[in-house]
Amino acid sequence: MAFFDYFKRAPKSASLAKDRLSIIVARERTGTRSGPDYLPALQQELLAVIARYETIDLANVTVNLDKSGGCEVLELNIVLPDTPPPPPPRLSATVSA
Amino acid sequence: MSKVVVITSGKGGVGKTTTSANIATGIAQQGKKTVAIDFDVGLRNLDLVMGCERRVVYDFVNVIRNEAKLQQALIRDKRVENLYILPASQTRDKDALDPEGVGRIIEELKQMGFEYIICDSPAGIEKGAQMAMYFADEAIVVTNPEVSSVRDSDRVLGLLAAKTSRAELGGPAIRTHLLLTRYSPLMVKRGEMLSVGDVLELLGIPLLGVIPESKAVLQSSNKGSPAILDETTDVAQAYLDVVFRYLGQERQHRFIEEEKRSIFGRLFG
Repeated sequence: MAFFDYFKRAPKSASLAKDRLSIIVARERTGTRSGPDYLPALQQELLAVIARYETIDLANVTVNLDKSGGCEVLELNIVLPDTPPPPPPRLSATVSA
Repeated sequence: MSKVVVITSGKGGVGKTTTSANIATGIAQQGKKTVAIDFDVGLRNLDLVMGCERRVVYDFVNVIRNEAKLQQALIRDKRVENLYILPASQTRDKDALDPEGVGRIIEELKQMGFEYIICDSPAGIEKGAQMAMYFADEAIVVTNPEVSSVRDSDRVLGLLAAKTSRAELGGPAIRTHLLLTRYSPLMVKRGEMLSVGDVLELLGIPLLGVIPESKAVLQSSNKGSPAILDETTDVAQAYLDVVFRYLGQERQHRFIEEEKRSIFGRLFG
């Protein structure tokens, strides 16, 4: 009912804006301003190593560097192809830098 | 000693040209020889906002291409002494501005005794915007309290730190200032708009001033007369504060809190 909606506390849109911005701004800064530029090379070399043992698809690989608190987290996510024997292995490594 | 100041933002429509016109006018009013350069090649508007569009004969690109002398392209403001405008070209050639040409003109302006060279940047982060910031000593980043504008301002801060003459030659970092425009204290109070504090926290650069949302901005561009010239408006007062603060005077920040109105004001205002 509209009458009761009037008293309902809607979340303030300004704080929503601030939260969304702090995430996106922090993420874009790691990419452009302070982030290391070796990520693409690192990705290539890691792939070369893994490719010796497994056939992998480039589209199924992501390399991310995130800052959480005081430490940087390098996240490497590789989805290995669906090949027997099941179940499809999923390799995920997290290295603290 | 001359200072090259870029007025930039990334996002369009936040008030770069309005700010360029008002700050250049305000600084010139204080007796400093000032020029405002329009870097928005193809979409020139500073001449219109400053009311000298009918006096444009030669432009920035003509001077770079040696088709005209700098003195021929500079327009002297009729209201304020010491104030000059260098209009942009309406050419569609994207490569009309190059670092050599722009650097040469800025050097020539310094030789002519201009103390403040205000570079009005186009929107975006492409070549035009990069040319406007390339030779800057200082930057005024114009931002609206709104998500896309804040995000773009942060991107521009990244460019200022990397893609400028100072950054490339390893000189001291460009001094950056935040100018928050179109601010509505009432909406901030209601929690419907990012506050000055929010934006400062997100961008992390010092605050030069806050310009309130006001009809006076549109009215002044309608007339082609910078708002700062009519001292009765809040926008003029806000820009005057900005100019004095920029020139080194202490000024309390205003227009951040909603003005307290009396009960009569509320009933009859």
